Amino acid sequence: MIEVRGLTKRYGAKTAVDDLTFSIEPGKVTGFLGPNGAGKTTTMRCILGLDYPDEGTVAVDGKSYPDLAYPMREVGALLDAKAVHGGRSARNHLLCLAQTNSLPKRRVAEVLELVGLTEVAGKRSKGFSLGMSQRLGIAGTLLGDPKVLMFDEPVNGLDPEGILWIRNLMRALAAEGRTVFVSSHLMAEMEHTADHLIVIGRGKLIADCTMSEFIAGSSGASVRVRTPSAEEFVRAVTAQGGTVLTDEDGSIEVRGMTTEQLGDLAFSEGIRLHELTTVRASLEEAFMELTASSVEYRADMPGAQQPSATIGSGV
Amino acid sequence: MATITTLDTRLHTLPPATGRAGLRGALASEFTKLRSVRSTYWALGALLIVSVGVGALVMGGESGSLIHNPGNRAGFDGTQVSLIPFFEIGQLIIGVLGALTITSEYSTGMIRTSLTAMPRRGVVYAAKAIVFTCVTLVFALITSFVAFFVGQAMVASTGEGASLFGNVKIPANAIFTGPGGPGSPPKVTLQGIDVITASTVLRAVVGTALFVTLVALIAFGLGAIIRHTAGAIATVIGLMFIIPVVIQALPNNWRQDIMRFFPDAAGRVISVTVPGGGSQHLWSSWPQMLVTACYAVVLLAIGAYMFRKRDA
Repeated sequence: MIEVRGLTKRYGAKTAVDDLTFSIEPGKVTGFLGPNGAGKTTTMRCILGLDYPDEGTVAVDGKSYPDLAYPMREVGALLDAKAVHGGRSARNHLLCLAQTNSLPKRRVAEVLELVGLTEVAGKRSKGFSLGMSQRLGIAGTLLGDPKVLMFDEPVNGLDPEGILWIRNLMRALAAEGRTVFVSSHLMAEMEHTADHLIVIGRGKLIADCTMSEFIAGSSGASVRVRTPSAEEFVRAVTAQGGTVLTDEDGSIEVRGMTTEQLGDLAFSEGIRLHELTTVRASLEEAFMELTASSVEYRADMPGAQQPSATIGSGV
Repeated sequence: MATITTLDTRLHTLPPATGRAGLRGALASEFTKLRSVRSTYWALGALLIVSVGVGALVMGGESGSLIHNPGNRAGFDGTQVSLIPFFEIGQLIIGVLGALTITSEYSTGMIRTSLTAMPRRGVVYAAKAIVFTCVTLVFALITSFVAFFVGQAMVASTGEGASLFGNVKIPANAIFTGPGGPGSPPKVTLQGIDVITASTVLRAVVGTALFVTLVALIAFGLGAIIRHTAGAIATVIGLMFIIPVVIQALPNNWRQDIMRFFPDAAGRVISVTVPGGGSQHLWSSWPQMLVTACYAVVLLAIGAYMFRKRDA
């Protein structure tokens, strides 16, 4: 269990993290979302004691990270796969990490095997591709068989095979009852992996809720309808209080009514329908909506959506 | 989604942990770090080759000079001459390694991984300093002794070589008695005898290795403070090479008053074996070494403070 309370971190005049409070529950994959520059990495660095918070506290199982007896047995963290000395072989890199926590030497071979780097164990890591570096970093996080795993943008820059591997790994780790805390600026990435979401923008908490709450809390589902009698149908729907948008391809998007209501309406009005589909707001859309105001660098877009209120359980 | 079944993250159970990660593990880790990168071998190899090689060349030159110009035998400090390349050039090489030991963690980003594995920074810093000091001291001693023995072998034919195994007598003064003929050196009469004891030679050889180790620690401390390889190395060069040159350019009375307060002076004092061979403006060997040691301790302490207090 990781608890972040009132975390504030400033770099000079810039506030990277602003009074952030959340906790990461054990045994779940918690996605940590936010646009680039939202403060995700800074938050993780503060959790690990790499950066000192200006205000607030961070606790791992009730202790500050540097006070943990064997940090690698509690938390396995990978913030940057390239944060290794490239002149050192993969095996020696892992060995020097294992030694700090008095982990047995055979552990190094085990984790190398697990991530599939056994064959290049003796090679210097500067020649590794990003995917291989990522695997090496993940091998390092697993050395101590930790209860909590923390990954910062683990799929960034990876090829599809690498992305799939990371995704499966995170699910497998969570299935074993480990806590996985993973950050991303890609919503689609979270859609398939995370149970719980913490969304931040400009260092502030925007949402702290389950995945389904997050999607439901956005502007919500709409229903797509295709019909040869579009005008008639729109009139009928509008009379019933639904909101209608007509798409370029001739299909109609209705908000505020369910498929059941629309189907019954069409039946009673004698209108033929060719399609009647619920369209879920994707996580991507929900996220865009939520963070519209908190994107740090943005080209001016006329008609950009205004921010909506914080949703979910909050704190 | 089929691949999920091929991914088995179950590892052998770790033995239960007792106590707490501490200095012992950190020492093992830092030793692994030092021995697993090539720069360590380059630096230590260069230290040995340059110190011994240049020392041998210099002593070879001295050998000829002693034979052709016997006046040079008076006050000839075979120990110091054989060690000059070691403490003048070698200190720079080992200084580079000292700075790199800590700055390479920052330049590669490894520091973030290191401090995530072991977040107790004081322990990490202490382990790094201890391992580096031990390795450097061992190699500095080896280099110092090898440079000494090879150097003395180069002047063996003149009979003026220093010895670690017995006292050696050398002429104390050379009195000019007349010009030499064409192509031959001036005529001199050698007078008096200086005795160089084996213990003095041992003090010089070991002391010079200690001096070089202290310079390496100065570089280590600067590395922790500056964090950038180039910046740290430039500062070491400035402190050990540039400032002494600047001091040389000062008026004599100023220079003589301040030169003993700089860290480079000890090398020129600790390596002296001939009586009266030091400078009257410097302290004797060990007090002068203390000056260098103070620089090392202060810079290491500032480095430790900054290593702990700054964001990694």
